[in-house]
Amino acid sequence: MGVLINKDTKVIVQGITGKTAAFHTKQMLEYGTNIVAGVTPGKAGQTVEGVPVYDTVEDAVKATGATASVIFVPARFAADSIMEGVEAELDLVVCITEHVPVQDMIKVRRYMEGKKTRLIGPNCPGILTVDEAKMGIIPGYIHKKGHVGVISRSGTLTYEATFQLSNAGIGQTTAIGIGGDPIKGTDFIDALKLFNEDDETKAIMMIGEIGGTAEEEAAQWIKENMKKPVIAFISGVQAPPGKRMGHAGAIIAGGKGTAADKIKALNAVGIPVAETVATMGETVVKKLKEAGIYDECHTC
Amino acid sequence: MNIHEYQSKEVLRQFGVNVPKGKPAFSVEEAVEAAKELGSKVTVVKAQIHAGGRGKAGGVKIAKSLDEVKAYATELLGKILVTHQTGPDGKKVNRLLIEEGSNIAKEYYLSFVNDRSTAKIVMIGSEEGGMEIEKVAAESPEKIIKEYIDPAIGLAPFQATRMAYKMNFKPEAIKKASATMMKLYNAFIGKDCSQVEINPLVVTAEDDVICLDAKLNFDDSGLFRHPDIVELRDETEEDPKELWASNEGLNYVNLGGDVACMVNGAGLAMATVDILKYYGGEPANFLDVGGSSTPEKIATAFEIMLDGGQSKGIFVNIFGGINKCDVIAEGIQKAAQIIADKTGQDGIPVPVVVRLEGTNVERGRQILTENPVKNVFMAPTMEGGAQDIVKRVEEAKKN
Repeated sequence: MGVLINKDTKVIVQGITGKTAAFHTKQMLEYGTNIVAGVTPGKAGQTVEGVPVYDTVEDAVKATGATASVIFVPARFAADSIMEGVEAELDLVVCITEHVPVQDMIKVRRYMEGKKTRLIGPNCPGILTVDEAKMGIIPGYIHKKGHVGVISRSGTLTYEATFQLSNAGIGQTTAIGIGGDPIKGTDFIDALKLFNEDDETKAIMMIGEIGGTAEEEAAQWIKENMKKPVIAFISGVQAPPGKRMGHAGAIIAGGKGTAADKIKALNAVGIPVAETVATMGETVVKKLKEAGIYDECHTC
Repeated sequence: MNIHEYQSKEVLRQFGVNVPKGKPAFSVEEAVEAAKELGSKVTVVKAQIHAGGRGKAGGVKIAKSLDEVKAYATELLGKILVTHQTGPDGKKVNRLLIEEGSNIAKEYYLSFVNDRSTAKIVMIGSEEGGMEIEKVAAESPEKIIKEYIDPAIGLAPFQATRMAYKMNFKPEAIKKASATMMKLYNAFIGKDCSQVEINPLVVTAEDDVICLDAKLNFDDSGLFRHPDIVELRDETEEDPKELWASNEGLNYVNLGGDVACMVNGAGLAMATVDILKYYGGEPANFLDVGGSSTPEKIATAFEIMLDGGQSKGIFVNIFGGINKCDVIAEGIQKAAQIIADKTGQDGIPVPVVVRLEGTNVERGRQILTENPVKNVFMAPTMEGGAQDIVKRVEEAKKN
């Protein structure tokens, strides 16, 4: 179970012939992902890790019936690759590429209106459904099967959170890295909705950071709609205003988007926020016990 | 990326936007020469630094004669200007903008930014010009007008006209105001801006609409399309360590403390700064080594952190995704070697606590335990590592 992908999902890798893409194609295959095709224009007929390469997404879909794609192409081509996946009516496109121009993403979002595809990213680590499949670069071995869904704006904090959960015996359903860019395909509320409807998922860990107001909006949505306990962490408490902290989206601008505001908004609707990055796991354990679902969630 | 006001106005001129006549000056002589050339009754001498609030800080002067231009230029060049955006250390003025004075009848505010929640560009206008827009938004939100722009169409002329009316431009200026908005939008799109802010946009006594100030910010990810904008970068405006790091492809922000950290991933890097502070340390920096590091890059990161003796200890906090722990471990060894070669001493001069998890973690740990580097200590957990480095830095400061 879990959300978005499972072991049967037929996956394409766009940009598969690149060095990083090839490394992660191998890792994804080893995790059990059903990668059926790769796409690099001009490289049709080659294979990467035994996966056949096609010139276009359209060709790859026709030949294999793929429904999802993970993108590793350079930033200047990323928006075009996303649109190619959308046009091919894939259910899911996951864009790992970072440094995609914001104006490109604005156009992509407009292009996607009314289309069926869900986009995750860009500038994200991808998604992983435990013991089934992964699209992207999340290391597989840190995950254990269970009932907690993970949503994060940051790649390494996604790994950090799942690692701590697994060490505490709390398994996961799916980890979704939504990415650190200001304009992206899927935000907290969209991801929360998926987990809210997933029977396997009993609780959600969400990891936010400074910049924008997505965490505050999510807090409001959780208050009105969420059926399951949510536990949070926010990074960037010490971030000075006006300085971009690595991620394009992580900047306190015009007095908005501070960690303090986000923590306050989350606490106000009863969501516990871990005090430090090292206590994400134990904060989840505490909340699960309070909610009376610890035994059920203690799966590993 | 930020550029100076005079450069912003130069870019806007290319798009046909009405800005005051003016010239940059790097010396008092150039300032006087520029004022002579302008020949206007009133000349404005404006300090050029990458920070707002220059007017209040005394960085904008109105000169009524060439002698006054000379006096103000002499005063401003080399002066340290402290504004609400520069921090307490302020910024040194190295450039001036010498500009013709305008006959201001009324001041307005206009800006374009990328709006996260709607994934659209939004045009923001207000008839409360010349003030901090955050203040207007907080005190009289009804005076903030917004137009969301359909990316497939661009700013529609009716939206610009509607904005001009809602901002209460006088009838004689409506067309000029909306035309200015259309041109500013073209500049925003044409140069991959992340912000275009005109504060104030003014109507003159002659009913002209002029951008009296202009602040352009650019999306760093879009700069590959704009080599002309990249050329406008003023490196003297940047923290030398931040500049060095960015030239090496490292994400570094100087935070001024003495406990350094090197992390992969922006989120974890921010959280690492937070946890160092939580345990009583003063974070020296934010440093994200990025998604695809090489040992050479890691070595450079160490040099940057150690430069000038700022860091009394370094916490390496790695959770490998694209980054592989063995590459980080090799990088630490290489850094130690480079630094040892330079100092003639063994190992790294300050304690380094290393926490590794993720891709190729076993090989990474193996590399560092089989060939130990002096002053490098492995941490079993992140929490333990953070506490350990803070403690070691405190001890180092006592001695």
